[in-house]
Amino acid sequence: MVQTISITRKITNVVMLTVTGLLTLIVVSVLFFILGYLLWHGGSSLSLQFFTQLPKPTGETGGGMANAIVGSGKILLLASLIGVPIGFLAGVYLAEYSGKSFAFLIRYVTDLLNGVPSIVIGIVAYALVVRPMKHFSTLAGGLALGIMMIPIAVRTTEEFLLSVPKSLREGSLALGATKSRTIFTVVVPAAMAGLTSGMMLNLARVAGETAPLLFTALGNMFWSQGWLQPSAALPVMIYQYAISPYDDWHQQAWAAGFVLLALVLTINITARLIIGRNPGSSRR
Amino acid sequence: MPDDPKTGAAPKIRSRGLNFFYGKFQALHGVDMDIATNKVTAFIGPSGCGKSTFLRTFNRMNETIPSTRVEGQLELDGANILDMDVTGVRRRIGMVFQKSNPFPKTIFDNVAYGLRINGTTRKSEVEAAVEKSLERAALWTEVKDKLQKPASALSGGQQQRLCIARALAVEPEVLLLDEPCSALDPIATLKIEELLFQIKDITTIVIVTHNMQQAARVADFTGFFFLGKLIEFDNTQVIFQNPGKKETEDYVTGRFG
Repeated sequence: MVQTISITRKITNVVMLTVTGLLTLIVVSVLFFILGYLLWHGGSSLSLQFFTQLPKPTGETGGGMANAIVGSGKILLLASLIGVPIGFLAGVYLAEYSGKSFAFLIRYVTDLLNGVPSIVIGIVAYALVVRPMKHFSTLAGGLALGIMMIPIAVRTTEEFLLSVPKSLREGSLALGATKSRTIFTVVVPAAMAGLTSGMMLNLARVAGETAPLLFTALGNMFWSQGWLQPSAALPVMIYQYAISPYDDWHQQAWAAGFVLLALVLTINITARLIIGRNPGSSRR
Repeated sequence: MPDDPKTGAAPKIRSRGLNFFYGKFQALHGVDMDIATNKVTAFIGPSGCGKSTFLRTFNRMNETIPSTRVEGQLELDGANILDMDVTGVRRRIGMVFQKSNPFPKTIFDNVAYGLRINGTTRKSEVEAAVEKSLERAALWTEVKDKLQKPASALSGGQQQRLCIARALAVEPEVLLLDEPCSALDPIATLKIEELLFQIKDITTIVIVTHNMQQAARVADFTGFFFLGKLIEFDNTQVIFQNPGKKETEDYVTGRFG
């Protein structure tokens, strides 16, 4: 009797280990599968040309997506300039100044904003910028993604500021520093590694957004004529190329997908490295 | 009462009928005490007896804790501490905490912090003050070649002396120490006690300690707290060798606490 129980237990154990292990392997391999799949289909289009040239008209082979890469860069820069300062300062207020019940309210509203579908935020940016200016533009795209960055920027800031030990604040206050001085010269620097990487992860999160760009930045087959003119962006370019009837465009879309994913992964890994290298900076 | 009234000198800090509340809990009951100028005064007593709370009323650090309240009279050189501008009070009354808390900056910038927030920005002035403070904190020879290294690279005892240097840099009239050696080994503790002797000429020192030998070694006057009351306050020698109250005697002879 005792024997059989122990055998069934052993079998259960082996089965569970195998099942959970295999599923974990699947989870991990999804990323590599996607990377490999993108490279498999788009690899032939990945060349120096892809990064330096404009799209070629249909029928001509070759060409690249330089305008989309630069466009994405400009849109993400604008998004950071809008989302990071607003989210950071609101996060400082939330962590350092707001009372308990008001903090609860801010957190709740921030979470709601985080849950707003990205296409709705796109519509808002359309109504706020595109309609009055009568132009699709880089600015509108940047605004849409910037709004999307705000909630995570707020919560990241709050979380990392609250992780700074009370003893550091007390040390500064005890020297006669004001509260704002303490926050900006002691608390924020102590949380800097976490804040930087949090904001980078936030940026990586919106880098692949497509829907809000469709009717804000619109897309462009040529170099954008300025911040107030329509601009190409990698995700939009992927969408447009993928639904086209041309085989070489499909390949280009795969290549663009690979570039976009590589960009997001690079930002992610850099952010992790920043956190990893300063484990003590927000602790002691 | 300690001998300042006898010498006729005015006390540096004067407390009369001081009550303190954490919400509804009363942590201090009518504490009367005179802190003598340029002497070392120690507070002893079991955990939770109110000695740290009393210390933190001097530089109003308790105000950082929500729903606390203080009642009574508290004077620095005869002026009401509770009416002063809080940053001004803390500029004049420095503090060193139980756990060393160097800022995530260089050794130099840690010591210069207090100077800079108080408006001293001339490089030569700051440099001179940093050197002087590190010397007073008996740390200069150990760190003079690595002033630009992060403070976190120092040992625990060095970090605590750095915090003392940081507090001394703004030349406070009073230095509060809240169990400054509780996390340190005996050698590091000895170094801090020695430096207290060196700096009591320039500042009035108030120290909270769990270590009765430490109080006996460093303090001119000692106050014994129990359950939020100041039970006895006298010359250190009297407290330890000939206490007037039974509770004090029980505590200093190790019968409770």
